[in-house]
Amino acid sequence: MVEIEVLGKKDTRSGFGEGLAELGRTNNQVVALCADLTGSLKMDAFKNENPERFFQVGIAEANMMGMASGLAVGGKIPFTGTFANFSTGRVYDQIRQSIAYSKKNVKICASHAGLTLGEDGATHQILEDIGMMKMLPNMTVIVPADFNQTKQATIAIADFEGPVYLRFGRPVVPIFVKDDAEFKIGKADIIIEGTDVTIIACGHLVWKSIEAAKILAAQGISAEVINMHTIKPLDEQAVLTSVAKTKCVVTAEEHMLNGGLGDSVAQVLTRNFLCPQEYVGVNDTFGESGTPEELMVKYHIDTPDVVAAALKVIKRKQ
Amino acid sequence: MNRNELERIASQVRRDIVRMVANVNSGHPGGSLGCADFLTVLYFDVLHHNASNFSMEGKGEDIFYLSNGHISPVWYSVLARSGYFPVSELGTFRKLSSRLQGHPSTDKKLPGVRMASGSLGQGLSVALGNALQKKLDGDKSIVYTLHGDGELQEGQIWEAAMYAAANKVDNVIATIDFNGRQIDGDVDQVLSLGNLALKWQAFGWEVLEMDGHSIDDIKNTLAEAKTLTGNAKPVVIIMKTEMGQGVDFMMGSHKWHGVAPNPEQLVNALSQLEETLGDY
Repeated sequence: MVEIEVLGKKDTRSGFGEGLAELGRTNNQVVALCADLTGSLKMDAFKNENPERFFQVGIAEANMMGMASGLAVGGKIPFTGTFANFSTGRVYDQIRQSIAYSKKNVKICASHAGLTLGEDGATHQILEDIGMMKMLPNMTVIVPADFNQTKQATIAIADFEGPVYLRFGRPVVPIFVKDDAEFKIGKADIIIEGTDVTIIACGHLVWKSIEAAKILAAQGISAEVINMHTIKPLDEQAVLTSVAKTKCVVTAEEHMLNGGLGDSVAQVLTRNFLCPQEYVGVNDTFGESGTPEELMVKYHIDTPDVVAAALKVIKRKQ
Repeated sequence: MNRNELERIASQVRRDIVRMVANVNSGHPGGSLGCADFLTVLYFDVLHHNASNFSMEGKGEDIFYLSNGHISPVWYSVLARSGYFPVSELGTFRKLSSRLQGHPSTDKKLPGVRMASGSLGQGLSVALGNALQKKLDGDKSIVYTLHGDGELQEGQIWEAAMYAAANKVDNVIATIDFNGRQIDGDVDQVLSLGNLALKWQAFGWEVLEMDGHSIDDIKNTLAEAKTLTGNAKPVVIIMKTEMGQGVDFMMGSHKWHGVAPNPEQLVNALSQLEETLGDY
C-alpha cells in the first residue's frame, strides 16, 4: 500500500480563512458576511484587508442569508460564514427560497460541523446539514477533507456560478492533500487504490479511512480509499469504477446516516450495480459534550469503526 | 404621468387582478387590489428602470422587491402593463408551465422578477444586500420593497431593520401595506403590531405615512422619500390601504385575502372597474 505522507496538522476552518483571504486579494467581486463569529471562522484576514467588502451582520443569520442573496443579484460573490448549525437548520427557509430556488451565487461556508465541534454539545453539533443541503435543487455540497483541500475548495467555488454549501470543521487534523493540488468540484480523489473493498469518505473521515486502510493492509486486505469531497453532484463514475473492482463499499462520514454521503452512494449502487454497503456515521442520535476524540469513539465514527465496517462488508460479499 | 392617466392604469390593473384569480379560482385578490395604486405609481411614475430590456443585475436601475409575494397578481399586471412581458401572458397565471407562478419566482425567468418571494419576511434583507451592492459599485439608484403588515410579524424583518439603521443603508425605501388584515382576521386580533410608526422610528428609520389610494399622496410621499435617501437613514413608508379596494364586496374584511371570485362575483367586480387599456 502506498504511504500517505502527513504534511502537517491544521484545522479545516483555517483553510477556509486562508482561501477567503486569497480571494479578497484576487477577486474584487468577492464579499463576505459573518454573524458574529469572525474569529471562529478565521475571516479576520479578509475583514482587515477588505473592510468595505466585509459585512458584520450580528447574530442574525436569517438576515445574513437574505442580504447575501441580494448582494448576488447585482453580481457580487457573497461568502457567508457561521457555524454549520446556524448556516443550515436555522436558515433553511431563507436558503431554500432566496438562494437555492432563486439560484443566487451565494457560497454558504459552514464551520464547526459535526461532533468534532466537541465540548459545546449537541445544540451546536449539527449532523443533518449535508442531508438538508443536498436535498435542495440547484445546491452544490462540498465537504473537503483537510486544511489544504478546504483552502483549494474555497478558492474554486468563487469561480463556480451557483449556490454552494461548503462544510468544514474545528479540530486540528492531519494534512495530506498537496498544497498545489487542483480542486475539481464533483471529481472525487482516489487516495489509495485497492481491490478488496472501497471506502468512500468525506471530511474528517477521509483521514480515518486512510488509517483504516493501513490496518486492513496489515491484515492482507487491499482497501481503496476515495475522498468524496463533493457530495452533490456526486462523482458516480468514481463510485462505479471502484466497485467494479472491489464489489463492496463502506461509506464514512461525520453526519447522520439518514441523508448523508452514504445515502447518496447507495442511490448510485441500487440504480447501477448492486453490491453490499456498510455505513460509518451517526445513527439517529444527537451528540453530547466531550472532546472530539472521545466523541468520535463513542459515536462510532473512528478508525476502528471503518475497519470493522470493511471487514463486515467483505464478509457479506461471500 | 398625471393623476388621471395613473388612475386609468390602476383601474385596468384591478380588472387584470380579479380576472386572473377568477380564471384559476385561486390567488390573492384582496391585498393585490389594495396595492394597485401604489405599484402603478411606482412603476409608471417613479422607478428608473428598463422594462423592455430586463437585466437581472439591474445596474443603474432602481430595483423593486415584492416581499409579500402572495400579491403576485398586482405585480404581474403592473409588470406586463409597463412592458416587461406580453399582457396576454397574464392569462397563464398559476397554470402549469407558466412563468407567472402562484408566488413570484426567478425559476422560469419572468422578466421583472429578481428573487422568489412568498415565504414571508425575507424581502427586506434581500433589498439591503442589493442596496449594499449598489453602494459598493457607486450606483446611486434606489432599492424599493413592499411588505404586508402581517408580514411584519416575521422576526427577520426586524433583524433587517436593525441592520439597515446601524449600517446606514440609506438607499432603501420600504413600504408597508398597512391594511390591518391578514388571513386569520384583523392584524390587531391575530398579533397586534402596536404602534408601528414608533417601532420603525425606534429602530432608527425615517418614517413617512401615506394614503395608499390617493395617487397624489403616493406621488408626493414617494418623492419626499427619495429626497430623504442618501442621508444616513433608511426610509419606510407606512401606507394606509383597504384590502379589496375598488370592489365593494371585497372591502371591509379579511375574507378576500386569498379567495377568488366566482363567475357571478367576477361580473359584479368588473362592473365596478372601468376597462381603460383593454383586457388581456
